[in-house]
Amino acid sequence: MNFPTLIIGGGISGITAAVELAEAGKEVVLIEKEPYLGGNVSGFNNYFPKLCPPACGLEINYRRIRSNPRISYYTGAEVSGISGSEGKFKVTVSLSPRLINNHCTACGKCAEVCPESPSPAAYIPGGLAFPMQYTIDADACKKMECARCLEVCDYEAIQLDAQAEEIEIQAGNIVVATGWKLYDPSKIENYHYSNEPDIITNLEFEHLLASCTRENKKLSRPSDGTVPGRIAFIQCAGSRDHNHLSYCSAVCCSATIKHALTLAEHYPKMLSEVFYIDLRLSGRNEKLLAKAENSKQITLTRGKAGRIRRADSSDGLVIEVEDMMAGRRREDSFDMVVLAMGMEPNQMGLELEVNEQGFYLEKQTAGIYPAASCKRPMDVVSSVRDATATALKTMRL
Amino acid sequence: MEEKRKNIAMALCTGCDIGNCIEVDQLIRVSKDALEGLKIITHSALCSEAGLEALHGMVREDSISRLAVAACSPRAKVSEFTLDGIYVDRINLREQVSWVMEPKHEDTQMCAEDQTRMVLAKLNAISDNTPYIPETLYDDILVLGAGISGLTAALEGAESGRKVHLVEKSSSLGGYAGRHFKVLPSEAQVAPLAEPNVTELAQEVRSHPNVTIYLETTLHSIAGEPGSFTVRLKDREDTILGVGAVVTTTGWKPYEANRLSHLGYGSEGVKTLEEFESFVYNGQVPDRVLFLLCAGSRDENHLSYCSSYCCTAALKQALYVREKNPNAMVFIVYRDIRTPGFQEEFYKTVQSDDAIFMTKGLVESVQTGENGIQVSVTDSLLDEHVIIESDMVVLATGMVPNGTDDLQLQYRLGTGLPEIEYDFSDSHFICFPYETRRTGIYAAGTVRAPMDLESSREDGTGAMMKAIQCIECVKRGEAVHPRSGDQTYPELYMERCTDCKRCTEECPFGSYDEDEKGTPLPNPARCRRCGICVGSCPERVIGFTDFSINSVSAMIKSAHIPDEFEEKPRVLAFVCENDAYPALDDAGVNRLKYSPFVRIIPVRCLGSINKVWISDALSHGYDGILQIGCKPGDDYQCHFIQGSQLTEQRGENLQETLETMMIEPERIRTSFVEITGFHEIQKIINDYVEEVELIGPNPFKSM
Repeated sequence: MNFPTLIIGGGISGITAAVELAEAGKEVVLIEKEPYLGGNVSGFNNYFPKLCPPACGLEINYRRIRSNPRISYYTGAEVSGISGSEGKFKVTVSLSPRLINNHCTACGKCAEVCPESPSPAAYIPGGLAFPMQYTIDADACKKMECARCLEVCDYEAIQLDAQAEEIEIQAGNIVVATGWKLYDPSKIENYHYSNEPDIITNLEFEHLLASCTRENKKLSRPSDGTVPGRIAFIQCAGSRDHNHLSYCSAVCCSATIKHALTLAEHYPKMLSEVFYIDLRLSGRNEKLLAKAENSKQITLTRGKAGRIRRADSSDGLVIEVEDMMAGRRREDSFDMVVLAMGMEPNQMGLELEVNEQGFYLEKQTAGIYPAASCKRPMDVVSSVRDATATALKTMRL
Repeated sequence: MEEKRKNIAMALCTGCDIGNCIEVDQLIRVSKDALEGLKIITHSALCSEAGLEALHGMVREDSISRLAVAACSPRAKVSEFTLDGIYVDRINLREQVSWVMEPKHEDTQMCAEDQTRMVLAKLNAISDNTPYIPETLYDDILVLGAGISGLTAALEGAESGRKVHLVEKSSSLGGYAGRHFKVLPSEAQVAPLAEPNVTELAQEVRSHPNVTIYLETTLHSIAGEPGSFTVRLKDREDTILGVGAVVTTTGWKPYEANRLSHLGYGSEGVKTLEEFESFVYNGQVPDRVLFLLCAGSRDENHLSYCSSYCCTAALKQALYVREKNPNAMVFIVYRDIRTPGFQEEFYKTVQSDDAIFMTKGLVESVQTGENGIQVSVTDSLLDEHVIIESDMVVLATGMVPNGTDDLQLQYRLGTGLPEIEYDFSDSHFICFPYETRRTGIYAAGTVRAPMDLESSREDGTGAMMKAIQCIECVKRGEAVHPRSGDQTYPELYMERCTDCKRCTEECPFGSYDEDEKGTPLPNPARCRRCGICVGSCPERVIGFTDFSINSVSAMIKSAHIPDEFEEKPRVLAFVCENDAYPALDDAGVNRLKYSPFVRIIPVRCLGSINKVWISDALSHGYDGILQIGCKPGDDYQCHFIQGSQLTEQRGENLQETLETMMIEPERIRTSFVEITGFHEIQKIINDYVEEVELIGPNPFKSM
């Protein structure tokens, strides 16, 4: 008997592996720890170099998942143990308590009456979410003390006393697509990330752009709500640095130039300055760089940023920079600073072979195949390519 | 016989506020009037266990073959409302009526009734479908080009049980990768450089029972369609291969260095990266070598893109110099050092060598003189202007793809794959790097995009996966992505065909060939089911069993149009399923309100809209027609490449027709949205309805 392929991780890579395998005739089971599929990219504003919305490609893939009986998936699910061997793995999966179950129709009544404010415990992260159902954040929920949602749900979709469950899945082989998280910015002492609300990471900036450009909100400083006039981007923050991440995360240069161009398009009065060591936009991404070079709102400065501190007099943040082309140090004041942080792999407690940097090696126990950014930092195109290639590897006889 | 099979039923869900928004009994009456003998059930939670039981009960009892589910969006509760062997269509009364219009209002009711009439008319007008599967099916796969991508693709295909035919024009396997002196190791190792392993790979491929290799061979032709390609080899008339899919990995060549005489090429001692790679085996490496990066790359006058591999290749060669001549000094002049990922560690190793000097700078000139080669550098980290003397200069030139005309496709639209930017046969889509405009034929490796060795391996493997998948889809009679699973395909009523060739030219995928007279010959397995051909045909010859001139006309004409005195205009909106329809649903989830005067017809692509539907709509009395779809242009979002662009072009012709009919050109509007544009789409609809109200009622209304 052929067991299905288990795919751990429901971001763009896991989703890709699932649809590609299923359309080639294979049964797959997809496991995702969040309540929704989409992973990191579902929170992004746009992709480089096209500046197109991630929701577009995700929706095509969700459509493929919806209509394919060979794909089953579990959200709110994490792998707690793997035993067995290639052809017959036994995987235990912990399912977090599902306070809202599959009967949910996404009618939204629970969120309407949920008293938790400003963000209700019952929510859906947008109208294009997949699966299309609401979730109750178990930590924020007052459960039976409140239970207003129970009264308004017509579909028996709410179980406030739902418990965590464990299930066992038998798999023929396993694709590990657990993805990445950002390196912790608080580890870089002279950047004072933890103390300064106006110093944010590139991922936080991506989310900020997503909410602002979608909702036509004004982009404002976290500290005082004013509109920033000058934004600094610091590349290689904690990367290419033997004190932090020794490697390069490959995507942050392209992401920052994309940010600067997105800003220039939506907020013509904002000025950006990018402090870099090398500008790593390769292949077709080069043309994004050409656009940035020609933009009057964007300055590209070769120089590693040293310390960041609050200005003594004004409200700004002062960056000390080694301006390498001018051959001197200078200090400059900005309203906001974006740290272009690097990527670390999500290991998710899986015991796989790792390299020095903590990423999964290509070669693992027979039948286990890591895919995409848990192996090395890469962009979306490369992740989809890698996931497609990994799908084929699971089909080796 | 057709009539007997057409048992149509409707299941109406009153949950999710639908029952609070419309008069259910009235809707049921209207539905029964629309279709005689229509069976209807109603339930307050149709997707629940009890609701589905009632639904399945009705379907069984009354031998229903076609079912209208009047409930939430077709994008919601999909598996619940998928019934084996039954054609199910959805009437979107939730996201696109109850959630966006005034509850219990007369106009909302009229909208719900019309949307219902439209789907019932469609169910009555469509035909049963038999999937198309080519008569002769082949499982084998052709790989063209035995460089590293092709070898890897062939091996991976063979390992998963496929027979692979590997065709290579030269007398050896390995391509450029087979000629490397050293390579970067694929996983971390102690030494920075490793021995290439292409020989081992080639040997594995040669000895694999599933691979047949044809050296010194090129293709004469590829004809047919996915699942059923016939491949003929040049100068070997007796060999005919039947393959189901093709992977083309014909690779790259270096940028023409002859164009870089301003960087010294042509002079003694100036080489390209490729020339240095072979020189280093036996040549005498001099004491001073200078590497000039981005030679003819990132340059509007030569190659404007970055070739991705050259920084790392040059650094690798810097280490060759040091290995072959321990006395040597190396200079590297660069604009940016692009060693992403773990290649950064490799970069550090090179940096730590005291005899390797690197500077950012722009090379002004390369002159051969008495004391060697003088390289003049400006704008550098060292100084404003500096001259570096060297014995040898290596130009890091970029990659140019070899193109795909070698495929010799016997397709009306040409022998190779269309190229996008910079002559690469790449995909335009970020999320779908293997998107191909010739279904079943996948480009991989450096012919697709500039990339390094390891990426080339992955790329070939991924393309082989898509090739295998395509064959499996064709065997099931299904389309590949984005309309995965679709078993309908275009059928032509040839009696009315005038050989105008619009379908053959406008099909983005080359699905139609033509005979000597110019009559179109469809190849359904090549088809992506977008329907652009349906829209292109002036004689209305083409249709799918469930999306045809008649089925959409029936939908258009089923709506009730109030006369001009009622001051209730009607706007017909063709909404593309890909970006626009989800955006409309998103507006619903967000409870944005839009005009109840709009009637939605989902289409497969804006390009699938036939102009007869426009005239049908105008003569039926609609006051305005909206076409909403995905963005065209350089950064197009259109999922079928050129549907939106065609709509724009056809729009110009339409304007002329409207003018001769004395109809205001504003009665047709084309708008584009992104999938995230739920605010924009609300505005598009509301603004257009307002505009139409100002123009006044359609003069044809009273006729």
